[in-house]
Amino acid sequence: MSGVPKIRVAGVSKSFRKGKETVEVLSGIDLDVAAEEFLAIVGPSGCGKSTLLNCIAGFEEATSGTIEIDGERVTRPSKKRVFVFQETGIFPWLSVRDNIGFGLSDRTERERREIVARYVALVGLEGFERAYPAELSGGMKQRVEFARALAVDSDVLYLDEPFGALDAFTRLEMRREISRIWKETRKTCLLVTHDVEEALELAGRVAVMTRRPATISTILENPLPRPRDPGVPEFRALKDRIFEILGVERKV
Amino acid sequence: MTTLRRLLRPFLGLALFLLIWQLATLGNKRTDVPGPYLTWMGLQELLVQGILLRNVVASVFRVAWGFSLAAVVGVPLGIALGRFPYLNQLFNPPVQLLRPISPIAWLPIATLLFGPARWFDPSDLAAIFLIFLSSFFTITTATASAVASVDRKFLRSARNFGVTGLALATKVLFPAALPQILTGLRLALGISWVVVVAAEMLGVSSGLGFQVNDARNNLRYDLVVAAMVVIGIIGIGLDAVMRGLERFELKRRGAERA
Repeated sequence: MSGVPKIRVAGVSKSFRKGKETVEVLSGIDLDVAAEEFLAIVGPSGCGKSTLLNCIAGFEEATSGTIEIDGERVTRPSKKRVFVFQETGIFPWLSVRDNIGFGLSDRTERERREIVARYVALVGLEGFERAYPAELSGGMKQRVEFARALAVDSDVLYLDEPFGALDAFTRLEMRREISRIWKETRKTCLLVTHDVEEALELAGRVAVMTRRPATISTILENPLPRPRDPGVPEFRALKDRIFEILGVERKV
Repeated sequence: MTTLRRLLRPFLGLALFLLIWQLATLGNKRTDVPGPYLTWMGLQELLVQGILLRNVVASVFRVAWGFSLAAVVGVPLGIALGRFPYLNQLFNPPVQLLRPISPIAWLPIATLLFGPARWFDPSDLAAIFLIFLSSFFTITTATASAVASVDRKFLRSARNFGVTGLALATKVLFPAALPQILTGLRLALGISWVVVVAAEMLGVSSGLGFQVNDARNNLRYDLVVAAMVVIGIIGIGLDAVMRGLERFELKRRGAERA
């Protein structure tokens, strides 16, 4: 990677107190993410992937080490970098329109309307502006959340198992959708998932985390051209490679 | 057929209740426990004289004031207590200590505080104070626990978009907790209505509680029971209004409770 990275994670460790014990979750994580890159973090469940993402997003504080974005130390969350939650974090008491406009209170009414309309169109939710989240399917809710995250003109998206609550079919559909949105907007994306196929379909690089206390064992380049077909041999080879690193035996 | 039966059942229950009431009070006079017919006649007498309306207005007025004041103070306080655990640790012990005290036990204090007549009927102030007490703790506690259990991802979302402080309370905490707050308000209003009748039996000269007491002093038990019926019907009405609000809010979110 050339130049200064967008996100630089250096020697980040994180431990929790659990009763009298101290549990070390992250142990010396180093990770650089370039601007406009799509990077996925995979690892066994409970390994601390989400904890790492929460530290990078500024919701939690690392016990040691530093996290810098654009050369500035992260101490708290920012509107420039929006977190997309596992089971949608959109507000059930606001309509689609008001959810997407939630981060736009500093704009004029007219600007807000224009921006909301633009992002409603981007995620393909025309006609649902007045609907409430409970009236929408899981995939549509996730689209609202992406639109809300993009509407504030953020330059980084943190995706924490964003498709975890969706059914298998919708999950595939949403992967295509995110791929398309990423290509159109070129946001820096950091995806945490336990779905290796999902990581490989979306990301340019895949960081593999070990069990607790977690480190990043390997960062795999994914040179396959998009859109990617999980059926081709090159894709399967990469997938097997990651499973091998994760220590999962796979028999065909 | 089944829907018809479901519609008929409540009426059947009511009819059964009236029948038992009638049988239990067979042959009673107005100075005994009256049956449904005497009560109905008594109710008409109260209606015609206009006393009933005056007393209903007096009771509803006291409840409206006491309950509204409790909501206006209790909801914001509850939000603060739910948001800041240290405030909750500070205020929770006195709140929990005061909560189980029947508001009626406060009556001497209330009359002591609001005793001397001013521009306002002091007995009204004392009653309003009792209603305030009877709803305040329920509203505050319900709001605090609702706010404390707001999903963390909503709080993080809000922080992510730079929404903090007062905006956090009005844009996220309050709406997120609203369904439970409404349930708390409904319970509080129910308690208020129970308490106002008891409070009006002591030291006031208007209201449905006064009506009950006054009729008893005149040995008009038909009017006592007629007033009781009115108390029940208005209580159902108040509850229906609050239920309607709850349902409206839940329906808007598409999460109507079964």
